[in-house]
Amino acid sequence: MTLNLSVSPDFPPTHLSGWFIFNTWLQRQLDTGVHLELYDSFDAQREDIRNGKIDLIYANPYDASMLVRELGFKVLVRPRNRADETVIAARADDPRNCVEDLEPGVKIATTADPDVHTMGMIMLESADLDKDNVSFQEYDSYVLVAKALLNGQADAGFFLKAGYDELSELVRNKTKSLVSSQISVVHHTLVIGPRMQEHAELLRERLLGMEEDPKGREVLKSMGLDGWDVMDEEETEFMIDLIDTLIE
Amino acid sequence: MSEHDTGSVEEVLIKYYDGTERLAKVVDREVPYPDGKLIVSRTDPKGIITHANRAFVEMSGYTREELLGVNHYILRHPDMPAVAFKDLWDTVAQGKKWQGYVKNLRKDGSYYWVKATVIPNIRNGELVGYTSVRRKPSRSKIKESEALYATLR
Repeated sequence: MTLNLSVSPDFPPTHLSGWFIFNTWLQRQLDTGVHLELYDSFDAQREDIRNGKIDLIYANPYDASMLVRELGFKVLVRPRNRADETVIAARADDPRNCVEDLEPGVKIATTADPDVHTMGMIMLESADLDKDNVSFQEYDSYVLVAKALLNGQADAGFFLKAGYDELSELVRNKTKSLVSSQISVVHHTLVIGPRMQEHAELLRERLLGMEEDPKGREVLKSMGLDGWDVMDEEETEFMIDLIDTLIE
Repeated sequence: MSEHDTGSVEEVLIKYYDGTERLAKVVDREVPYPDGKLIVSRTDPKGIITHANRAFVEMSGYTREELLGVNHYILRHPDMPAVAFKDLWDTVAQGKKWQGYVKNLRKDGSYYWVKATVIPNIRNGELVGYTSVRRKPSRSKIKESEALYATLR
């Protein structure tokens, strides 16, 4: 039986090849076939998850709730030092310097990334802004969100902090951060599905050992990760509870 | 900072729902909510704090050691009407999410406003505690809440 690996569509495109390298590593560890299925769309990926097509996924924290509480997936590990934080940015020459300077009618450039969008909306609340008094334009990447800011199509943009930090210096210098989240306990997780539970213990052990092994370190580097940390059930439940408080 | 802050200092006897009370210093001075942060705490089913994140420690003015093991009502500001907390507890006891604006009392007597969301933590069908996540409220919501709570005290 070939198993299916997938990655939340919000991973940085610079690490695309890293996930293919990881998949090769994974098949060697498990001595079984694993197919890597990548998606551009969060909704299409969710539909396939619900239809039982995915066995192992590097999931965004927003989807972790569905995976763990509804579909019986279990968190294997989390990436070290990779908390998901959100930045709201504007053009560098914009007179508005903080979220409270934004007013109803403001145009926001965003992505389909559910975590970043949710956190962006929460950080707009302090300016009395919500979905009823702002307009959104959705873009496929953070580079396009930045472009929308620079060419005046949007007043502010929502970015995954890692995506904002990866913008070219030239582009980033033409923007400024109005606010950046500092939550630190919300992050992606590597989550394993019911059909793959028999591999769970071995895989967790190998994942945790990756950083000790030169080849494993190369694979981690290609994915832009420092290593994996154990995440126990209660830590997972805590993160999901926290996210539940943020969703209306 | 509220434009109405006077900086006045007084000693207030705060009575809690469980019959205990304490004499607290109350200073009319607002500490602004830090941008981008969430204050996170967890309690057991009786409201005893079991987890406090760094933002909670920093904003409350207590050390983590002082917070863990005490009732969450240590944060209760005397300007908050008891009925607001009754609504909170009635809601979460039904397994539902509660959301509201809360004026919190810091250890040094000053205060900070939050938009709080509290949810019950259910594990294997059992209630094991509550998670409370606080975020930055807007000035207009603070103003509305001040007016409303003044009528409920």
